[in-house]
Amino acid sequence: MVHPLLFLEFFRNLLAPLHITGASADAIAYTWLIIVLLLVLSVLTTSALKSIPGSLQNFMEAIIGGIENMIVDTMGEHGRPFFPLIATLAIFVLVSNLIGLIPGFFPPTANINTTAACAIIVFLSTHVVGIKHHGLHYLKHFCGPIAWLAPVMFFIEVIGHLSRPVSLTLRLFGNMNGHELVLMIFFGLAPFLVPLPMMLMGVLVSFIQAFVFMLLAMIYIQGSLEEAH
Amino acid sequence: MSFFTMCVLAAGIGMALGTLGTGIGQGLAVKSAVEGVSRNPGASGKILTTMMIGLAMIESLAIYALVVCLIILFANPYKDIALKLAETVAK
Repeated sequence: MVHPLLFLEFFRNLLAPLHITGASADAIAYTWLIIVLLLVLSVLTTSALKSIPGSLQNFMEAIIGGIENMIVDTMGEHGRPFFPLIATLAIFVLVSNLIGLIPGFFPPTANINTTAACAIIVFLSTHVVGIKHHGLHYLKHFCGPIAWLAPVMFFIEVIGHLSRPVSLTLRLFGNMNGHELVLMIFFGLAPFLVPLPMMLMGVLVSFIQAFVFMLLAMIYIQGSLEEAH
Repeated sequence: MSFFTMCVLAAGIGMALGTLGTGIGQGLAVKSAVEGVSRNPGASGKILTTMMIGLAMIESLAIYALVVCLIILFANPYKDIALKLAETVAK
């Protein structure tokens, strides 16, 4: 039997009745793996909370506290209600970026469907938040500062808003997929030690892209929260 | 030149041109950020965050070029037409 490149490659056969491609089946399988991992980790942490935290609780508290501080720094106090959404996105994107560095694992964010799903959630939530917060006055965000220029500005703003999920999707997808491709090509050319610097760069890229995704999600939500001028 | 030679050429030249401008832009951004930090080390946290957003925005241009190159190389929509044309020419 040929040793498979990925551990969860058998999901391709299981998901074959759904008529999805092999790469998408891999992404779905590893997304489920990450969901299970994060669920088990959070249940393990929160089931035995102590006033003197153990190592696991200490680690999780550091992550959650760091993200909370960043949200308060970027969005102010009124950004606190969006902590669950942004922290979930950030941790999911970070873990799915980093899991690609382990041999035999495929980062789900290297598939455009996963990143598009995350970006569309951000896009929809910004507008839902804006409409909830401002009501009909949310339309003023699209009309620009000058009244008689509003019809022109409206279309420009709509295009600008539509380009946000596209750029969020393509940035994360392009970075992770490009990294995977470079690693694959290097492995094909010289498998010994040569891909190592690229993998080191992959750690950096994973953290930075997760950070940028989180930061942009926060800025978009804050942009729909503030008053139009 | 055959269709596929042109595709590979276009992907290579496109990626090179795409990264040229992005490299210059990112260099300028990092230059200003480093200058700002050296003048006022206290503001390094805020400068780092702002620079990261800016770099991500600039970088996405190169990523767009990369995605277009990947489409040209691996998911070319005109591949079937080109193959069909090549067959008819061969006959």
